[in-house]
Amino acid sequence: MTSVVAISSGLSESSSTRRLADRLVESFGRQFGDASIELVTLRELAHDIVDATLTGFASPRLQDVIDKVTAADGLIVVTPIYKASYPGLFKSFIDALDTDAVIGKPVLLGATGGTARHSLAIDHTLRPLFAYLQALVVPTGVYASTYDWGAEGTNALDSRVDRAAGELSSLLKGAGTGRARDDEFDLFSDTFRSISQGPTPGA
Amino acid sequence: MSSMQFGIFSVGDLTVDPTNGSIPTENEKFKALVAIAKKVEDIGGDVFAVGEHHDSGFVPPSISTLHAFIAAQTERLILSTSIAHITTNDPVKMAEDYATLQHLSDGRVDLVLGRGNTAQVYPWFGKDPSKGVELTIENYQLLRRLWDEDVVNWEGSFRTPLQGFTSIPRPLDGVAPFVWHGSIRTPEVAEIAAYYGDGYFANNIFWPKEHYIRLINFYRQRYEHYGHGTPEQAIVGLGGQFFMRKNSQDAVNEFRPYFDNAPVYGHGPSLEDFQAQTPLTVGSPQEVIEKTLSFADFFGDYQRQMFLVDHAGLPLKTVLEQLDLLGEILPTLRAEFDARRPAAVPDAPTHANRVAARDAALAAESAQVDA
Repeated sequence: MTSVVAISSGLSESSSTRRLADRLVESFGRQFGDASIELVTLRELAHDIVDATLTGFASPRLQDVIDKVTAADGLIVVTPIYKASYPGLFKSFIDALDTDAVIGKPVLLGATGGTARHSLAIDHTLRPLFAYLQALVVPTGVYASTYDWGAEGTNALDSRVDRAAGELSSLLKGAGTGRARDDEFDLFSDTFRSISQGPTPGA
Repeated sequence: MSSMQFGIFSVGDLTVDPTNGSIPTENEKFKALVAIAKKVEDIGGDVFAVGEHHDSGFVPPSISTLHAFIAAQTERLILSTSIAHITTNDPVKMAEDYATLQHLSDGRVDLVLGRGNTAQVYPWFGKDPSKGVELTIENYQLLRRLWDEDVVNWEGSFRTPLQGFTSIPRPLDGVAPFVWHGSIRTPEVAEIAAYYGDGYFANNIFWPKEHYIRLINFYRQRYEHYGHGTPEQAIVGLGGQFFMRKNSQDAVNEFRPYFDNAPVYGHGPSLEDFQAQTPLTVGSPQEVIEKTLSFADFFGDYQRQMFLVDHAGLPLKTVLEQLDLLGEILPTLRAEFDARRPAAVPDAPTHANRVAARDAALAAESAQVDA
């Protein structure tokens, strides 16, 4: 069975990072169908991760997570953005992986932060990291700021979550990203239709 | 001597004693290494090894010099390395130095060769750190030929060619020092050991056993592949580390500050976690016996067990006390290992048994010719 590991790097017990990871996992499961999905929270492994950076080997429970990540078909990776980048604990976890652990794996990147001003951090910090690791990062990264969790932002966040999870799902089914350029003259697009279905001119 | 060898290996580190802030001078550390080596012989141990280092903070860059001095003051002790750099030393000079030591010590020398553990040593000796594996392969091929062939014509990538060269002195009794290959992460090194029918040494001190089991099993399988014997007959050496006191809790209390501040694992996992996850044993002599015997369950019956005892700033007096305690448990370790050991597993290599094996092979060959 296709296996996906979701890594949530949120550092508080009830974090928006964990919430975003849950949303991505739910959307992926709904779109992909039958898959084994496991969610890992790095907070529980914090001491093990620091120990591994000092000793060069992973404790049994950290090794268990590393083995699952290495064996997974795809990854969902969600981290908060602190001081313009991912937190050190997240990077230390990545450092504990073998250099070739995620080569060729489809990876969906998500990030959370206080305001939308950090939204490009996915593209400026996470994408280069996973490019170095030679992972196959899906086109849509999902950034959620505090405002996205309000009533107004929820629909927009949902559609980004579904789009990104759909890309991961499509890649894991061997169907590419399932995305293509929109035709701006597409008379049947939702926008065009909202014009022609409006009030009759001159009425 | 029993079929298995026991010894002490040191990296010769100059580390602050965290309990009093003192640090040995280079001169004190050299004298301490000599005292430790002589003590190993006194307690009935078989081997003393030091690791080659060129970084400040360590003392022994010239192992054959140190070992010649120790050889002159000991009778039975085998002197070895943990490890000697096959990557950055000139194989011609290594062949000369260790053959000289072999003569002076009457055959009491073998080598554990390795790549070294700090990249900066490569440029210090004019070598490219990205060529570690290639240097290991080529330099060992040359070292082997310099000892095994009287006249060598040779050309390689990393040093000037040799034409009609004879490395002197020739190995004692025509049998070169036994070679082990040590590696903690390079499967190619295990392959070299298997190809030549040499020994394989896993330092087995800092990481969980699973890591070394994979390398040792690979070496054993490849040893068979190259026709040197069954996997069980391959020659394996292991490291280990302990801190003993008669009373287990005394050992823990005394060792904890050294553990907590040790250069390699200090300020990281707790002593308890590290003990559970690695071969380190801090406790009573009986606990050290039990943990050490368990190594054969994980790695198969093996030929050499080395222990690290003089690291992390432990004072010489304490190290010598540790060796006294090791001396007390050695008869039990020897008896227990021998009792579980199948007859087909070869004894640990010594100059005497290797000369005898060579003579027996020659006799068998000439008997075949006569027949």
